[in-house]
Amino acid sequence: MTGEVTQSAKSDRQRERERVRRRQAVRSSSVATASTLVFLTLVAVLVTNSPGWPRVQETFFDPEAFARTLPDVLHGFWINVQIFLIAEPLILVLGLLVALARGLRAPVFFPLRVLAVVYTDVFRGVPTLLVIMLVGFGLPALQLTGVPSDEITLGVIALVLAYSGYVAEVFRAGIDTVHPSQVAAARSLGLSHGQAMRHVVLPQAVRRVIPPLLNDFVSLQKDTALVSTIGVIEALRQAQIYAASKFNYTPYLVAAILFILLTIPMARFTDYLSARAARRRGPGGA
Amino acid sequence: MTLLRIEGVWKNYRHQSVLRGIDLDVAPHEVVCLIGASGSGKSTLLRCVNLLETVDDGAIHLDGDEITDVRADVDEVRKRIGMVFQSYNLFPHMTVLDNITLAPRKVHKVDQAQAEEQARELLARFGLADKAKEYPDRLSGGQQQRVAVIRAIATQPRLLLLDEVTSALDPILVTEVLSIIRELKETGMTMILATHEMSFARDISDTVCFLDGGVLLERGSPEQIFSAPEHPRTREFLQRVLDAGRL
Repeated sequence: MTGEVTQSAKSDRQRERERVRRRQAVRSSSVATASTLVFLTLVAVLVTNSPGWPRVQETFFDPEAFARTLPDVLHGFWINVQIFLIAEPLILVLGLLVALARGLRAPVFFPLRVLAVVYTDVFRGVPTLLVIMLVGFGLPALQLTGVPSDEITLGVIALVLAYSGYVAEVFRAGIDTVHPSQVAAARSLGLSHGQAMRHVVLPQAVRRVIPPLLNDFVSLQKDTALVSTIGVIEALRQAQIYAASKFNYTPYLVAAILFILLTIPMARFTDYLSARAARRRGPGGA
Repeated sequence: MTLLRIEGVWKNYRHQSVLRGIDLDVAPHEVVCLIGASGSGKSTLLRCVNLLETVDDGAIHLDGDEITDVRADVDEVRKRIGMVFQSYNLFPHMTVLDNITLAPRKVHKVDQAQAEEQARELLARFGLADKAKEYPDRLSGGQQQRVAVIRAIATQPRLLLLDEVTSALDPILVTEVLSIIRELKETGMTMILATHEMSFARDISDTVCFLDGGVLLERGSPEQIFSAPEHPRTREFLQRVLDAGRL
């Protein structure tokens, strides 16, 4: 490697090559801009010329209704954000515990292992909406002391139960990607199974599953709207209340925009992490 | 006086026996090289000694204790044996220093400052003092393998197993790894090496063992094995190595 040497003058051939590349770059970006404009115009013309457009414009795109309902829907949306922020760390912890339980091999832990398998099977199989209704209406109906009756808490419990199954599988997939030679190296140093897991396998596994985990969280952010079914007045429910009284659906649009504003940064962050991981692996792989 | 005694060890995979009744005694400070074609059972034997594989018959004793006893504490046995692998197997998420101090800190309960001081001493001794805070992927293959050797000896094992530690390296890097092994021999470390480096094996070994199809066909001093092998299979193997220009 000769890192000190720098090229002082470029040959004519290289200058010509760079000139052509610049021209090609300008051409591709103008083509992209033009085709986007044509596409958007076509969509706009198609939608605004449809027979029902005036009516849709009135019920979904009413600026006055937009401005009037924004504060209420935004207030409801704050509940969605809170549910998400409380549920997310709980899901990470429960998901990791379930994934670890599935990896336990000592006979004492046999029941735990079975429980973990049954748990992931059940909660990945049942629709999230159903879990929310079963927990939201079923748990309080038991009338046990200590069981919360507050709808937001019940909604959080339901979402944690539903999502931890997925997250456990993501963690387990990550644990499986760590090469057995890493465990062999750790065990050969005298580390126990648990120590090898804690210090060698998990740190590598967690790093690898961050993008898929964030993807699940984008999905969770939207699914907080499902708790409206058990009576939590969050963004969707606020919008419904208004829509039902005024026969105007603009508040749905308000809620949709708020959800998009929340999920887009998370989605871009996920893309960024994936791209960075791909760059780190490099052309030849690690 | 024996440090390690291998008695009639068998290892079977499916319908194939990879080790077929291996007997081998290793004395303290002895350096034993296992040679033989790929698939002859060299690596499997090392993995059995480190209990990464369970034996299917026979017994292995370390310092007089039977370590293949089903009631033996596997973690306790491995504390006394170090192992270096063909593909280094450094922990990629830890610095060189953390790789080396992990076992002393977590297994042998040495406090952090002391473990790091010992690790830095070892790194300095083997010419890697400036690499302590680097991550493994920033090092060359030869440097990584030297770190792997240091990691294995940082817990002061009774016995060091080296499994084709130079197979993944180019010729220049091979030299730097072999020189660290030579230094270890000077300190009196007991070692068993599985290797394809015949000239190195001839140079460093007290004893050379030729394995063929899971059987220890011939053992003796390097002079004996390389200059006057008794068994026709040994002669054939060495001739093939010679033809390939590796001796």
